[in-house]
Amino acid sequence: MRREIVLAGVGGQGLLTLAAVISRAALDQGLFVKQSEVHGMSQRGGAVESHVRISDRKIHSPVIPKGRADLILAMEPMEGLRHLEYLAPEGAMVANSVPVKNISNYPDEEEILAEIRSLPRHLLLDAVTIAREIGSLRSANIVLLGAGAEFIGLPEGALVRAIEELFGNRKELAEVNLEAFRRGRAAR
Amino acid sequence: MERMFLLGDEAVAQGALDSGISGAYAYPGTPSTEILEYVQRIAPASIHSRWSTNEKTALEAALGMSYAGKRALVSMKHVGLNVAADPFINAAISGANGGLLVAVADDPSMHSSQNEQDSRFYADFAGVPCLEPSDPQEAYDMAGYGFELSERYRIPVLVRLVTRLAHSRAPVERKKAREENGLRLPEDSRRFVLLPANARRNYSRLVELQDAFTAASEESRFNRLFPGADRTLGIIAAGLGYAYVRELYPDELPHPLLKLSQYPLPREAVKKLMESCDEVVVIEDGYPFIESRLRGLFGDPRVHGRLDGRLPRIGELTPEAVAAALGIEIKPAFAPGDLVAPRPPALCPGCPHADTFRALKEALGDRGRVFSDIGCYTLAALPPYEAVDTCIEMGASIGMAKGAADAGLHPAVAVIGDSTFTHSGITGLLDCVQEGTPVTVVILDNLTVAMTGGQPSQATDQLESICRGLGVDPDHIRVITPIGPRHEENVQVLREEIDHPGVSVVIARRECVQTAARRARRRAK
Repeated sequence: MRREIVLAGVGGQGLLTLAAVISRAALDQGLFVKQSEVHGMSQRGGAVESHVRISDRKIHSPVIPKGRADLILAMEPMEGLRHLEYLAPEGAMVANSVPVKNISNYPDEEEILAEIRSLPRHLLLDAVTIAREIGSLRSANIVLLGAGAEFIGLPEGALVRAIEELFGNRKELAEVNLEAFRRGRAAR
Repeated sequence: MERMFLLGDEAVAQGALDSGISGAYAYPGTPSTEILEYVQRIAPASIHSRWSTNEKTALEAALGMSYAGKRALVSMKHVGLNVAADPFINAAISGANGGLLVAVADDPSMHSSQNEQDSRFYADFAGVPCLEPSDPQEAYDMAGYGFELSERYRIPVLVRLVTRLAHSRAPVERKKAREENGLRLPEDSRRFVLLPANARRNYSRLVELQDAFTAASEESRFNRLFPGADRTLGIIAAGLGYAYVRELYPDELPHPLLKLSQYPLPREAVKKLMESCDEVVVIEDGYPFIESRLRGLFGDPRVHGRLDGRLPRIGELTPEAVAAALGIEIKPAFAPGDLVAPRPPALCPGCPHADTFRALKEALGDRGRVFSDIGCYTLAALPPYEAVDTCIEMGASIGMAKGAADAGLHPAVAVIGDSTFTHSGITGLLDCVQEGTPVTVVILDNLTVAMTGGQPSQATDQLESICRGLGVDPDHIRVITPIGPRHEENVQVLREEIDHPGVSVVIARRECVQTAARRARRRAK
């Protein structure tokens, strides 16, 4: 078993939380995990990324070689495309369709979405609206996780447990994030 | 034992805690910040873990704790070791007493730095052992081993990390925690008095120790020679380079491989590999430290690496570059196309610095130059602000503004953050005061070390008194609140102080929006 996941987005979108949920779920399954993170510039609205590598054998490199990612989980569509070189030929792009336009030269939104749609395996969803519907805008990352769950290669129960554990000290937060996960699952 | 999922940085910290440190010292700097943050989160209050004013004071305090017989960890980013170079080099001469571990995180590819200097050169320069982990487990193990080595030879030991290791997480097996050392002063008190007579004696001890350090590298469990059938090529893989090589050959190694994680270089092991192989490729992150030694002055053509283009000369190692150096192609299946625009970090919406720069630009018009410094406000060099002209290293703003003023440039304005000011700006300001140099120092006081995530600033509530104490005329220490409605007033203050023919300080004080928001969230909970 081996899964290579690139997480992409903009600072403040909860990428490291996503990485923590996936890693925890994989560790819970007794798998090897390596996770690389980008720190430092993240809170200033710059592009951020994290690589999560999961395997039943020892993992060496902290970063995924290009062309090997089974999944790009993107909180922002252009950020998903930024990491396209990592995607394996049979890999999937699961992206939130809502752009973050904090730069003046943001490209044409429709062209960005069209490029994602041109990929052989892709899923675009409006994670922001779904998160708003359940009353927790900050849970858009977990909505996306739900949508991408089938490509992560871990039992759904392990991901659910990891969410429960991670938000375990605050019950309402755990519940709203579990709801976010379920809504993401249903959005496929 | 317990298994934890730790960043390389955190693994060093946990390893140090489990080795019985009595204190950790640091100044924040990416990618090293998480080392002390972890100690602060985990360690009991009896373990020292407050931030220091800069890397030099941090290292000196760690040396003092070592002098008193206890174990100390000091951590910094690579350029921080420049600031701490004086105590670092001289601590090698005095030697340590209690274990002294210096953890330095290099930043090849300059993700958040102004150069990619390689700390292995510093270890070599000082003549101390250097450990270079290839994964978080090794980072943990090396902390313990490093303290043993430090106490066995009474020498500081440097642990060198690189960004990708510092900021990657992997499971780490903990070992049994060791007790702290008791207070135990050095038996030979002259050892720490580096008068020339003592220093000469110490230095010859240090030179004599080099063979013992090399022997320790030869025997080290972190250096290892693996066999391989195809001897047309041998591989030397240092630190994280080893991880990238093993990624390509997870099972059997086609070529002999020497994994290097402890310096000075184990001469016999290197010789054995070189003699058994036709050619050697060196995979190391950062500068060609090992490679340049193997190539020698006249360039041994059997040695390949960054110097002959087998690997890129600059930038961090990547899986693709290492694969290519070993004749393996890693090809992307998709290309990102031309659509994707860069998304550089920017000053946050509502950032007080933005208001200060708007006022400063208006006050200056086309006149003079703005000498800036290291911090979020360096981002003001980019559009839409384009408000600063220099950024070199911590504290350079004031020194450079002074020199430019000495050269006749007016206005010469220095812009420096509150924490950078206490880190390295105070001495430069004293130079200006002593000569009455016509400079204006704008201290951007956002009450925190913002760039690295909001650590407490040593300057908070002290800036005016520090400036007065240095001898700045109190009439020319002005405080402004950088916020939209005060814009005109702020421009006026800045104009007046820029026109003052001596030293003036303008403190632009408003809390960082990030720390303010975090505080508000905490209150709401």
